[in-house]
Amino acid sequence: MSMLELDDVHVAYGRIQALRGITLRVEEGQIVALIGANGAGKTTTMRAISGILGLQSGAMRFEGDDLTAVRADLRVVRGISQVPEGRGIFPGMTVAENIDMGAYVRKDRRSAEFAQDLERVYELFPRLAERRTQVGGTLSGGEQQMLAIGRALMARPRLLLLDEPSMGLAPQFIAQIFRVISEINSEGTTVLLVEQNATQALGLANEAYVLETGEVTRSGTGAELLADPTIQDAYLGVS
Amino acid sequence: MPDAPGERVISVLDLAALDPAALAPLVVHAEPWINFDVGLLVDRFWANTINGLAYGSVYALIALGYTLVYGVLQLINFAHSEIFVIGVFGVYLTFVALGFEPGAIPNLPLAAIILDLVLAGLVAMAVAGLAAIGLERVAYRPLRRRNAPRLAFLITAIGASFVIQQVIRIWRGSNPEGTIRLLPPSPVFSIFGAPVTNLQIVIILASIAMFVVTDRFVNGSRLGRGIRAVAQDPATATLMGVNRERVITITFLVGGVLAGVAALFYLMTIPQGAVYNGGFLLGIKAFTAAVLGGIGNLRGALLGGLILGVAENYGQSLFGGDWRDVVAFVLLVLVLMFRPTGILGESLARSRA
Repeated sequence: MSMLELDDVHVAYGRIQALRGITLRVEEGQIVALIGANGAGKTTTMRAISGILGLQSGAMRFEGDDLTAVRADLRVVRGISQVPEGRGIFPGMTVAENIDMGAYVRKDRRSAEFAQDLERVYELFPRLAERRTQVGGTLSGGEQQMLAIGRALMARPRLLLLDEPSMGLAPQFIAQIFRVISEINSEGTTVLLVEQNATQALGLANEAYVLETGEVTRSGTGAELLADPTIQDAYLGVS
Repeated sequence: MPDAPGERVISVLDLAALDPAALAPLVVHAEPWINFDVGLLVDRFWANTINGLAYGSVYALIALGYTLVYGVLQLINFAHSEIFVIGVFGVYLTFVALGFEPGAIPNLPLAAIILDLVLAGLVAMAVAGLAAIGLERVAYRPLRRRNAPRLAFLITAIGASFVIQQVIRIWRGSNPEGTIRLLPPSPVFSIFGAPVTNLQIVIILASIAMFVVTDRFVNGSRLGRGIRAVAQDPATATLMGVNRERVITITFLVGGVLAGVAALFYLMTIPQGAVYNGGFLLGIKAFTAAVLGGIGNLRGALLGGLILGVAENYGQSLFGGDWRDVVAFVLLVLVLMFRPTGILGESLARSRA
């Protein structure tokens, strides 16, 4: 049994069919990448997993249980945390309050574990510690991305969904973000990663899926896809 | 230009000149329907200020309900004024149930009166709070389920407002109920010659206390953080595990409870009995106060309410009693011309509430 299983998932926005039968598996402890062009359905897949979007048809299981029966806000309690596309920082809350929002569902606020997790977030992203009292809306793009990841970690996810974490970031931030992702994964968190930055993503991923117009067109290990000439042509900018 | 007898040049900022006798020539009676009575304004300045703050506190309490719901749903809940009226009837009917009758001032020890007032207030808070939740369930939640456009919500809000009003009219008739005054106003001390009554002190202090509690709740508690998260970004709030429906219910509950408190203060001071359409003008004024301070902003609702209450009273003295409401709305227009988001801006959503 895989940790997360999607079988023949269909999602539509009104009359526009966004996903046409996605089937994918995420094994516990791995990093799985979804790559593809704009509009291929990567973000839609993420939003369906986190429950922001409902399914038209298909099945979705997390650790063996039917995920479609679980309300979106309760999926966080089940151990799924998402860093949304565009980061979703609460603009009127300070850095500390934003991080705290990540722990909204936790009931162990006064425990030593909670303090450790908080410390760990500030250790991963020292820049956030410096800006603890700054309002979220005034941070730079890179800082917001760090904040979004740190916030998601506060929920102690077993599965972390990362939607385009490198989008719009300066190269030194991109390197840092990917370093942190592999560090988080090595500590036992399973990661599902959506990326346009395919080279980086495939380099990191154990498994990867290529999405085109709402369908999975290729899948394999990160290394396989990285070496595949058609993938290189379409997504890696190698010619 | 030669000085005409009796004419004096007065600098507006010259405080020494602000003496009613000296200002008497400035009273202009160009038209019989409009006054410009600076003398009266100066004369009643402190009395107006104190009375305005008491009125403004009632506006502020109702305005908080508009602002909270707007912050979370971007919806102007026009039926909020009827939630307030339900609260007013809650207070009135509690008084009746306790054996009080319109007209006569009861001869009871102060402690008993305070107990009765608190009881009536609690009943009003409960009734108005539950009515607000009921309104949300019946009128707005079905629309949200169907992803209705914003206009549908607005029309529904206006419709719900009329429905509640008319139901109350059918039930209680269209004449105001008699005024029951448990606590007659009596001056406690005076500021610059203007008496400050026990009622005014209670209302102003209690309203500010209610505001502080609400502010603490929204900015300090876990649920309050949920409210702010939904206001700032509903989808991401869900990703954090915030139950949006629950947040919405609680927001309506808080607004309703505050309207219930306002209802108690309203019946304590304003010599108008409970009546089915009593919320109309007051609701519009409170909504104006919320917009004036910056809708979606808790502090803005308090500030807007107090400013509106005071400004109305000044305007009433300056232009005459019938101009009271005109002043309130002209003030709104003027503020929005220069600060379209209100005095403090929309902040439940955009910055710290």
